[in-house]
Amino acid sequence: MTSGQAEVTPVEEKPARLIGGPGLLLVWFYGVMVVGAVSRSAYQITTEFDRAPLAYSLSAAAGLVYGFITYSLVRGGETARRAAQVCCAAELAGVLVVGTWTLVDRDAFPDSTVWSDYGMGYVFIPVLLPLTALFWLRGARARQAG
Amino acid sequence: MLDVLTLVTGVAALLLAAWCGWAAYRDQPTKDWHFIGMAVVSVLALVQLIVGIVQLARGEEPAQGTTIFVAYLLGAFACVPAAGFMSLGERTRWGSVTVAAGGVVLAVLEVRLYDIWTG
Repeated sequence: MTSGQAEVTPVEEKPARLIGGPGLLLVWFYGVMVVGAVSRSAYQITTEFDRAPLAYSLSAAAGLVYGFITYSLVRGGETARRAAQVCCAAELAGVLVVGTWTLVDRDAFPDSTVWSDYGMGYVFIPVLLPLTALFWLRGARARQAG
Repeated sequence: MLDVLTLVTGVAALLLAAWCGWAAYRDQPTKDWHFIGMAVVSVLALVQLIVGIVQLARGEEPAQGTTIFVAYLLGAFACVPAAGFMSLGERTRWGSVTVAAGGVVLAVLEVRLYDIWTG
């Protein structure tokens, strides 16, 4: 049996396409996070906002960032790639700041957010996703240039 | 009834994930058989959605609230078809990986559904 790992996956050579190959998986996970974060915060904000306003607002903000990144990835092109890169960096910063914040100051968060404990409630996808995405978007530029 | 269905759908979703993961490992895109598998899992999720709504109509209450329950039922139903649709446009192993990820996400949703129903 030949080892499938040894072969490098050929990546779509069409310029500025961001959802070919591994990018598709990325879009899938971002899509899942959009649905998760947006529906969760929409429900919590409309029904029990007073219980944990900070946590629910942060979840809503996370949902918006995820939504924008998903849109940028699907749209493609150099501008969208840069915008997505900025947002992924912001997302990573958000996860790290909010993750640390929730660990340090538990009293500020009567209920958890999407980014609580670095996204532990979502199998750490919130912290892994921006890292993977930044790596992917950097590679996308290299592929376009080369 | 609903518990059994949740279990069956969850297991089916994991099997689908393993199957498509295997296809990805062998560097293959999703094929007709995979789509039939996705259809089977999707039908299970649809039956679950219908049974869940019937249970609600009968006056049974999910432990963690009706809105969340219905939202998760809808999400579970949409999950695999969405991943399958995406894999149609990506005729490489990454299409298979995406469907495998869809199966895993559905399995997680089933666990959450069980929690939401039983409390």
